[in-house]
Amino acid sequence: MESVVDKSRKLYPEAEFVSGKWNHEINVRDFIQRNYTPYEGDSSFLAGPTPATTKLWNECLELFEKERQNGGVLDMDTKIVSTITSHGAGYIDKDLEQIVGLQTDKPLKRALQPFGGIRMAETSCSSYGYEIDPKVSEIFRKYRKTHNQGVFDVYTPEMRAARHAGILTGLPDAYGRGRIIGDYRRVALYGINRLIEDKIEQHASVHGAMTPEKIQLKEELAEQIRALQEMIELGKIYGFDISQPARNAKEAVQWLYFGYLCAVKEQNGAAMSIGRTSTFLDIYIERDLKEGIITESEAQELIDHFIMKLRLVKFARTPEYNSLFSGDPTWVTESIGGMGVDGRTLVTKNSFRYLHTLENLGTAPEPNMTVLWSTRLPHNFKQYAAHISITTSSIQYENDDMMRVTHGDDYAIACCVSSMVVGKEMQFFGARANLAKCLLYAINGGVDEKNKEQVGPKYRPITSEYLDYDEVMEKYEGMMDWLAWLYTNTLNVIHYMHDKYCYERSQMALHDRDVKRYFATGIAGLSVVADSLSAIKYAKVKTIRDEKGIVVDYEVEGDFPKYGNNDDRVDSIAVDIVHKFMDMIRTHNTYRNSIPTMSILTITSNVVYGKKTGNTPDGRKAGIPLAPGANPMHGRDKNGAVASLASVAKLPFKDAQDGISNTFSIIPNALGKDEVFMGDLNVSFDPGCCSGNSDNFVFISKPQEKAVTDVK
Amino acid sequence: MESEIFGNIHSIETCGTVDGPGIRFVVFLQGCPMRCKYCHNPDTWDAVLNKKMSVNGILVQYEGVKEFCKGGITVTGGEPLLQPEFVAQLFKAAKEKNIHTALDTSGVTFNSDDTEKIDNVLKYTDLVMLDIKHIDDSEHKKLTGHTNKNILQFAHYLSENNIPMWVRHVVVPGITFDEYYLSELGKFLKTLKNVEALDVLPYHDMAKSKYKGLGLDYPLGDTPPLTKDQAIQARDIILKYMKQ
Repeated sequence: MESVVDKSRKLYPEAEFVSGKWNHEINVRDFIQRNYTPYEGDSSFLAGPTPATTKLWNECLELFEKERQNGGVLDMDTKIVSTITSHGAGYIDKDLEQIVGLQTDKPLKRALQPFGGIRMAETSCSSYGYEIDPKVSEIFRKYRKTHNQGVFDVYTPEMRAARHAGILTGLPDAYGRGRIIGDYRRVALYGINRLIEDKIEQHASVHGAMTPEKIQLKEELAEQIRALQEMIELGKIYGFDISQPARNAKEAVQWLYFGYLCAVKEQNGAAMSIGRTSTFLDIYIERDLKEGIITESEAQELIDHFIMKLRLVKFARTPEYNSLFSGDPTWVTESIGGMGVDGRTLVTKNSFRYLHTLENLGTAPEPNMTVLWSTRLPHNFKQYAAHISITTSSIQYENDDMMRVTHGDDYAIACCVSSMVVGKEMQFFGARANLAKCLLYAINGGVDEKNKEQVGPKYRPITSEYLDYDEVMEKYEGMMDWLAWLYTNTLNVIHYMHDKYCYERSQMALHDRDVKRYFATGIAGLSVVADSLSAIKYAKVKTIRDEKGIVVDYEVEGDFPKYGNNDDRVDSIAVDIVHKFMDMIRTHNTYRNSIPTMSILTITSNVVYGKKTGNTPDGRKAGIPLAPGANPMHGRDKNGAVASLASVAKLPFKDAQDGISNTFSIIPNALGKDEVFMGDLNVSFDPGCCSGNSDNFVFISKPQEKAVTDVK
Repeated sequence: MESEIFGNIHSIETCGTVDGPGIRFVVFLQGCPMRCKYCHNPDTWDAVLNKKMSVNGILVQYEGVKEFCKGGITVTGGEPLLQPEFVAQLFKAAKEKNIHTALDTSGVTFNSDDTEKIDNVLKYTDLVMLDIKHIDDSEHKKLTGHTNKNILQFAHYLSENNIPMWVRHVVVPGITFDEYYLSELGKFLKTLKNVEALDVLPYHDMAKSKYKGLGLDYPLGDTPPLTKDQAIQARDIILKYMKQ
């Protein structure tokens, strides 16, 4: 089969790029640093959509519409278990597509991915009116164990009870853990053959006494090599030879996308992020532009078509899964911009092109465009990002100045806030422990306030009518200690089984041999805990008990400081809880010696967690949603956005390194005036808050309908 | 050492984006003698003590968020010049720390025979945002319950003393959205030499629920909000006569 790009194919001798360490080892960052062109200019160079782009995207929109009309799913595979090479080539409209490749043989047809759990796969199909081929079910029930089955073989009664009561929630024990970013750029830069050579060397390097750790690693490396070989096959299915390095911009985008496509063909992960690709690809595009091989319009077309493909990524999931995440998210996060450790900006023209897809194709939640914000980003890029935020509400901003200190300048975001060095670090996603519920357990001696079962350890409950701060704190610390222990061990089980039965071989093939693993725990309900403890300390909280003496409600007498008002009396409680719980997690053994981290992050699942949490001592009623992430409870921040953010900003990043989220929406008029109404005589100030305060940036996007912005 | 004065505070907004340049720390003072029909903060009218705060207390709060509120401090209300001693002390302390100060006032308390208290505030004020409610005196009385004579005198007073000023003007359909009144306002502004900006504020009715909550009738009934195009039109009329 003849390659579509052959006519523009031009061989780059390696010498055409500035050589360095990257020629002798797998080192994409070194290649980028030596070859990229920082861009400080404005957006005027950008090109609009080509007719092919517009036509192709309209066809996609029609498909999305059909999917909606069809009840949320257009088509599902019920027979073919998805692997890298399971399907033939699939196209939207072959003649128009610059970048090709679909998860199955048809756009939006959802793949069958049962390795996480056969029941989940069956339910996903049946809830949309499809039925998995009985043979496939039989194979996965009888002959091929899944991750889910492995986990439940080992769960203790205590783990099951905690999971059932919802003090541990959202655990990835029946679905793919995700949150791993392959370094898809390696496919383009090195070609698969070179990567296989490297992995063969790594495989050979594991020798000597065969400990369980070494056996596991060696087997995984063998699996990675197999995945790489299949990647070459996938390329061939679409008529490309990706065993060799990409030789021009179009191939670079295509090769990189194939690397990603393998990941989503193999894994239905909770977040399948793409990494940090724009500046890498810019090197190829700059070269082609200089050589006159492509025009700006063609360069934009490549990026538009690439982004379009990322927008088509879908998974088969159950309605329960979707309600937990409020939608059908894939978290194809792309990290854009940031600063290099040498002081140069990592913004390139291609960073603009990525954001520009939101104009050329219109807005979309995926891929999740994430600007790595630094105060030192080029002014023009800040302006353009602000402009795109205002017009599309589709950009997320994260603090590069903070994360660069930990991760250097080639990290990316998985999901919404989890940072990791691309190809060198990964994480074991750990969902959340509900600290608000834990407080209720402390008060009731481990008895669940909703199902009244003894879920936690039978510690002595509080028997007094009014809650005493010191007594509650002492008991709470004891209960948190138990929770940290149970939580860590539950996650150890989950990730052992995920590695065993649902290993991410194609993504890990695009990592170094010895990856740094993060053990990513998380907490929910922080603001409820802080406010509850503040109420106990500064007001009077009376317990109301049921006939068995279990505290089921609270009466707060008097006022108390509330988290979200930049008031140290209560903010310090929140800081203290975060620090303490993280320290408790740190004392336990973690699977594969992974490094424990914690996130204070829920964007949507706080609603479900709230349903599972009874009345709390801050006056919150049972069933009311917990605040998302590190947010103050709804309506309790009374001093404006900055005071609210200042409370959140006190939370220590070192104890919540996996990210702190603050979901924040605001009506447009509260954000300053439309430029036409700002004085126009000789005002010497920058109007509005976006450009007027560039030293310490809190980005707030003006929403069209709604906007969610995260900090940190 | 001056004795410490306390202010009667309605509330504090730490992310003020509409009350002066930049992101500002906005202090809303409690109490206002005017009863503007379109007022969107009727909860600040009553001068009864709401929340007592010291100058130091406010500056401590400001310190906590100053990295964000780089615009400076705006004092508004209510009518801040009902508490001139307090504002003067707050602004003085702010200027010692080199914080930009803006005073958002209606000028209603200005008395040209006794300017001492106001002078004390203006000494430490970087910017006055003067709300001119209506250019016509009898219409002004209908709209606010007060004459505008001393307010216009105040504008001149600021001009003579070279204090930078933004003029704010709420344009309401059927009240100030009127070519004649707008042109008169423009002509008046032309006589001032310190106007740095004109802030045309289109009337909105988002305060209706506040009135309901306070058990008050909404004075403007079903008056429609001013559209953006109408606001541009109004601004252009003012500017035309201002520049003539």
